[in-house]
Amino acid sequence: MKQEKNHKSLKNIDSHGHVRGESIYVDDIAVQQGTLYGAVHDSRVAHGLLKHINVRKAQALPGVVAVFTAADVPGENQIGGIIPDEPLLADKEVHFWGQPIAFVVAQTEDIAREAAQLIEAEITPLPVITDPREAKEKGELIAPPRTFVLGDTAAAWQACTHVYSGQASTNGQEHLYIETQGAYAYPAENGNIKIHSSTQGPTAVQKTTARVLGLPMHAIEVDVTRLGGGFGGKEDQATPWAVMVALAVHHLKRPVKYVLHRMDDMRMTGKRNPYTSDFKIGLDENLKIIAYEATFYQNAGAAADLSPAVLERTLFHCTNSYYVPNVTATAYSCRTNLPPNTAFRGFGGPQGMFVIEAAIAKAAQALGVSAAEIQQKNLLQAGDTFPYGQKAENPEAISSWSAATNRYALDHLAQKVNAFNVANTHHKKGYALMPICFGISFTKTLMNQARALVHIYHDGSVGVSTGAVEMGQGVNTKMLQVAAQVFSIANERIKLETTNTTRVANTSPSAASATADLNGKALEIACRKLLDRLKVVAAEELDLTSVTGVTVREGWVHVQGQKTDLDWNTLVLQAFLKRVSLSEVGHYATPRIHFDQSKEKGHPFAYHVYGTAITEVTVDCIRGTYEFDAVKIVHDFGASMNTIVDKGQIEGGLVQGIGWMTLEELEYNKQGKLLSNALSTYKIPDIYSVPKDIQVEFLAAEGSDLAIFKSKAVGEPPLMYGIGAYFAILNAVRAFNPQVTSVFDAPFTPEKVLTALYE
Amino acid sequence: MIEFILNDTTIATSAAVGTPLLDFIRYQQHLSGTKIGCREGDCGACTVLVGTLHNDGVHYQSMTSCITPLGNAQGKHIVTVEGLNLPQGQLNQVQQAMVNEGGTQCGFCTAGFVVSLGGHCLSHQSSDYSKALAAVDGNICRCTGYKSIERAIQTVDHKLQAKTAGQSLDWLVAQGFLPAYFTDIADRMQTLSVPEPSIKQSTDIDGHYIGGGTDLYVQKPEEMMRSNLYLMFDQEALNKIEVKDQRCYIGAASTVSDVWQSEVMQAHFPQLSQYLKLVSSTQIRNMGTIAGNLVNASPIGDLSIFLLALNATLVLKHQDQTREVPLRDFYKGYKILDKQPTEYVTSIYFDLPTTHTAFNFEKVSKRTHLDIASVNAAIQLKTEGMLIKEAHLSAGGVAPVPLYLAKAAQYLKGKTLSAELVKETTKIANDEVAPISDVRGTATYKRLLLRQLIYAHFITIFEGTLTLEDLV
Repeated sequence: MKQEKNHKSLKNIDSHGHVRGESIYVDDIAVQQGTLYGAVHDSRVAHGLLKHINVRKAQALPGVVAVFTAADVPGENQIGGIIPDEPLLADKEVHFWGQPIAFVVAQTEDIAREAAQLIEAEITPLPVITDPREAKEKGELIAPPRTFVLGDTAAAWQACTHVYSGQASTNGQEHLYIETQGAYAYPAENGNIKIHSSTQGPTAVQKTTARVLGLPMHAIEVDVTRLGGGFGGKEDQATPWAVMVALAVHHLKRPVKYVLHRMDDMRMTGKRNPYTSDFKIGLDENLKIIAYEATFYQNAGAAADLSPAVLERTLFHCTNSYYVPNVTATAYSCRTNLPPNTAFRGFGGPQGMFVIEAAIAKAAQALGVSAAEIQQKNLLQAGDTFPYGQKAENPEAISSWSAATNRYALDHLAQKVNAFNVANTHHKKGYALMPICFGISFTKTLMNQARALVHIYHDGSVGVSTGAVEMGQGVNTKMLQVAAQVFSIANERIKLETTNTTRVANTSPSAASATADLNGKALEIACRKLLDRLKVVAAEELDLTSVTGVTVREGWVHVQGQKTDLDWNTLVLQAFLKRVSLSEVGHYATPRIHFDQSKEKGHPFAYHVYGTAITEVTVDCIRGTYEFDAVKIVHDFGASMNTIVDKGQIEGGLVQGIGWMTLEELEYNKQGKLLSNALSTYKIPDIYSVPKDIQVEFLAAEGSDLAIFKSKAVGEPPLMYGIGAYFAILNAVRAFNPQVTSVFDAPFTPEKVLTALYE
Repeated sequence: MIEFILNDTTIATSAAVGTPLLDFIRYQQHLSGTKIGCREGDCGACTVLVGTLHNDGVHYQSMTSCITPLGNAQGKHIVTVEGLNLPQGQLNQVQQAMVNEGGTQCGFCTAGFVVSLGGHCLSHQSSDYSKALAAVDGNICRCTGYKSIERAIQTVDHKLQAKTAGQSLDWLVAQGFLPAYFTDIADRMQTLSVPEPSIKQSTDIDGHYIGGGTDLYVQKPEEMMRSNLYLMFDQEALNKIEVKDQRCYIGAASTVSDVWQSEVMQAHFPQLSQYLKLVSSTQIRNMGTIAGNLVNASPIGDLSIFLLALNATLVLKHQDQTREVPLRDFYKGYKILDKQPTEYVTSIYFDLPTTHTAFNFEKVSKRTHLDIASVNAAIQLKTEGMLIKEAHLSAGGVAPVPLYLAKAAQYLKGKTLSAELVKETTKIANDEVAPISDVRGTATYKRLLLRQLIYAHFITIFEGTLTLEDLV
C-alpha cells in the first residue's frame, strides 16, 4: 500500500532532465559529419495552377546541394492519411498559401533559407475560398456529410414549449507547441533510412515515407525521444517534414536536418478546425431539452488530413453531458483554401460542445433563467442513450455537478456576483458552469490496439518500449509506474526507451487521450507474462511444488506473504542461466467497442470522462479587458494513478481551452494568407492572463476497468472546461449591457467585449 | 575579437558581431539547453542571464538570446541553464521546486523559466512573490497552464526570504541556488579586456546603429547577421537618466528597465511600474532601449506615446554636431523620421511634472501583458482645480505614426472639466486619427477604444469626480 501511494505521487520522470536543459529534442541531437540542412519554398498564392518552378537561381547559390520538387519523388507524391488528397510537394496546382512546392538542401541552414527565397514559382491564380459555408454552397466537400439521429426531432418540436435557434462559431487554434516541427534523417546501410522526428505518430511517418520513396516500411526506422509539445499538431502534420528530409537522404546519401522557423511553421501547418454552425433547441415547460438540431460546417482546409475524423467526434459530442431524446446533427467537412486543418486536443469535441452550450445560453436568456438551471435539469443519467446509440454507464455528470456546486458554494457565488454588479459600474463580474462528458477511444475502432516490448536484462534492470510518445503528458512516467507496479521493483530499475518503429511496430499515434490506456494495458500484459515466467523460476529456486503464493514485492520474492532471501536480481539471473526468455511483447486491443458507420450507431467508447467547472470573470467595462478570478473544477479521474501528472493535465488543458475561447485569434485575409503568423500577433495565455485561482478537486469515483489501473484518460477532456470562459464573459457583459445581442462567436477577444459593451 | 565569460568558460571569439547570441550558444558552443521557440523574443525559451560588472558586484539581467547580437556580450557574464546546474546531477533550488510542483511537462520552455528565475534569485533586491512572478513574465509555457510554475515560484520566493543583502552570492551558493563558480566571476570579469566600444561615426550608410536588438532582429535578422553594427547598448555616455534644470534627460541607451528603476522617474510618476508592466516583458525591457523604441517609429511604440504626452525633445548627434527635435515633429510618415542615417539619438528630455501636473498612460492589447497595443494613449494635464491650463495627448495604433493629438490638446487648454468637455475631446481626437483594420483590431474598434482610453484618462485622473456613467 505504501508503495502504491508513492507511485501515485511520483514526479514526472523526465523533469530532472528538463529543468537541467539536458533532455534531447530533435534539434539537440548531435549531428553527424556532413549533415546538410533543408528549407521549404512554399506557395504565396492560396489557389492556382502551378505552371513552372524556376530553381536555377537557388541552385546557383554557393552552398546549395540540391533542390527537390514533385518530379523528384520516386514513389507516390502523396501524404494524405485518411483520404489520398494531399501531395508532399505541389504538382500542377496549389491549394493553400504555404503549400510546400520545393525542398532546398544546402550546407547550412542560412544558405538553404536564402535559396528557398530565390525559387520562383509561376502560378496562375484561381478563386480562393476561406469560408466553409461558401465551400459547402459550391459543393466543395472533403467527404459526404454525416448525420447522427436519435428519436425524431421533426415530431418532437410540437412537444416543445420553447424553441430557439441561432448560429454559433468557433475560430481555429494554433497549436503553438514551443518546439516547432522538425526532423533529422540519415542513411543506414542498403538504402535504409533512419529518421528522428518530432511526431506523435511514428508509424504515420514511417508509412508515408515508405509510400513516397517507394520503399517497404521496414526500410524506414522512425525514432522519437520526446516532443516539445504536440497537442494534435504533430499527429499528422509532423509527417511532411520528416518525409522531405528522408527524400533528400534517399537521393543524396547524406544526413539532412530540417527544423522549421516559427513563422514558417505557423504559415505552412494546419490548426484546429474552425466551425460555424446552426442550432435549434426545444424545451418543455420544465426546462427539459426535448429536441436539438445542429448543422456543423467544418473548415477542413485544402485537404482531408484528419478532418473527417475530427468531424465525426463533433457529432459524438454534440450533446455534451446532456441527455436529449431527439437529436438530429449533421456535419459537413468543407474544403477551403486554408492549410489543411487537423487534430487539436479535443479533436472536434469542443467545437460540438460549444454549440449546445450556446443554444442553452440563448434559451436561458430568452426565458430569463440561468443557463445553469437548464444545464442541471438535463444532465446524463445511467442508462441514457447518446445520439450514437451507446448507453451511459456509471455517468458522473450529476455527481460531478453536485460536488462542484456544493463544494464551491454556487449559491454564495451567485449572490456575490450580483452584489458586486449592483455596487460597481466600471467593472462587472460573470460566472458560468461547464459540465463535460468526453468519450475515450479512437472513434476508428481498429486504432484501439497497442503493443509493448519489455526486456529484462540479466542484471535485473528493465527496458520498456511502447508505442506511446512522450510529449509532456507524462506517459513515460505512467508507463514506468505500470512496469514498476507489476514487477514491484524500484523505479530506478526501469528505463523508458525511445519510441521506435523497429522495436514497436504498427502503432497508433499518441492521441485521443488513449495513449496511456492502450500502451499501459499492453505493457501490463507483457510484464505479467514475464512475471509469470519468473515465478516459475522462483518456485524452482525455492524448491516449491507450485507457483501458487509466489509473489514479488518491493524487489524480493515472497511466498505466502513471507519474504524469502531470493531477490529480483538473483531471480532474473537464474532465469537467464536457465535459458528462460527475459523479453516479452504485450498486445492489447480494447474490448467491447464497435461502431457501424452505415447506421451511425454502436458502442465506440471504452468509457466516458466527466467533470464540472465553475468559471468567474471580471470585465473592465471602460477598456473591454477581462481577468479570470477563478476556475473551480471537480473532475472524474477515476482512480488517478498519478495525481501530479493528472492535475497538470487539468490545469494545462483548461488554460489552453480558455486561450481558445478568449485571446487566441487566427486571422486569414480573403486571399488565404495567414495574418496572425507569429507569436507577436497570435497570443496564447501568459502567466498573468491565466485565472488567479484554479482549483481541481478529484471526484470520488470508481474509474473504469478499461482504463489503466482504473485511472481514466485525462489529456483532452479538461480543454473543454475552457468553454465556460466564453459564457462567463458573456454574462458579465450582459450585466453592463442587458440589451447585448448574443452572437456566440468565439474567441471573445477584448475587441468583441468592448463592442458588445457599447453596441 | 569578442571576449566574455559563458557560464564557467572564458570565450574569445572572432565570430561576427551580429551573430545572434542564441546561435553562438547552441551551434558553436553546443549548449543545447537554450531552446529556439520563436526567434523574436516572444516566448522566452532562449532566455539567458547577462551579468554586468558594477562597483557592488555583478548585476544579472535576463535577456532573450535569439535577438541579442553577440557583440552585446562583450565583457559580460552570460549564463545559460547549463551554467546554473550543480555538479553530479544535483538540482538547484529553482530546479528542485519546478520538479516537485510539476512545473515542467514537455520541458521545451523549462530551461527558460529556470534561467529567468535564476536571475530573480541573483537580484540584489529582496524577493517577494510578485517580483518572482514578474521574472517569468516573458516566458511562455503551452503545457502547464502556469499554476504548477506559480507553486514552484512560491517555494523559491519563500526560500529566498532568508537571503540577506551583502553576502548574497555566498549565501546562494551555500543554499544550493547556484554552482560555486559564481563567487569568482566578478574577479574574472575584471581581467577581461573590456574596451568601451567607441561610437563610430559613420559617414556613409554602411551599417546599423543597434541598441538591444529587440526590433531590428525581429524585422531583419539576416541583415543584422551580415551588416556592420554600431553597438550603442553599452555606451556609458548614453546610459544615464539625470535631472538638469528641472528637466529629465534620459540617455538614448537607457533600457525600459533602467527607466523603471530610475528614482527620478519613480518619484515623478507614482504609477510608473503599472505603466511599464504593460510594456513587453522583463527580458525585453532589459534589452530594449529608449532610442531604439523611438527610432523604430512603430505607430504603437509604448514609450513613444508615453514621451509624446510629456512633450519631450530628442537630442540628435552626428560627429560633433548636435541638434534638437521635438518628438512630436520627429515622425514624418510611416517609418519616416526627421533623422539622417548617420545621426544617432543621444538623449531625450522633458520638463519634470510639477504638483499641478497629472499624467496617465493607458494600453489595451489582446493579451494585457507581453503584447503590442491595439491602441495606447497618454495624457499630461496641468491643472488648477478643475481648470485645465495645458494639455498634451498622444495615441498609438490610430495613425501611421505615434500621434500627438494636437487638436484635442489645444481644445482642452483653458477649459474647465466636465463630462461634456471629455466627450467633446474624444470627438475631436477621433477626427484627428486614421486607424486601419489589421490583426490588432478593426478601425471601428480602434476608434471606440481610443474614446474609451481617453475616458479612462479622465476617470483615473479625476477619480471620484467623473465616472463612466457620466460619459456613456
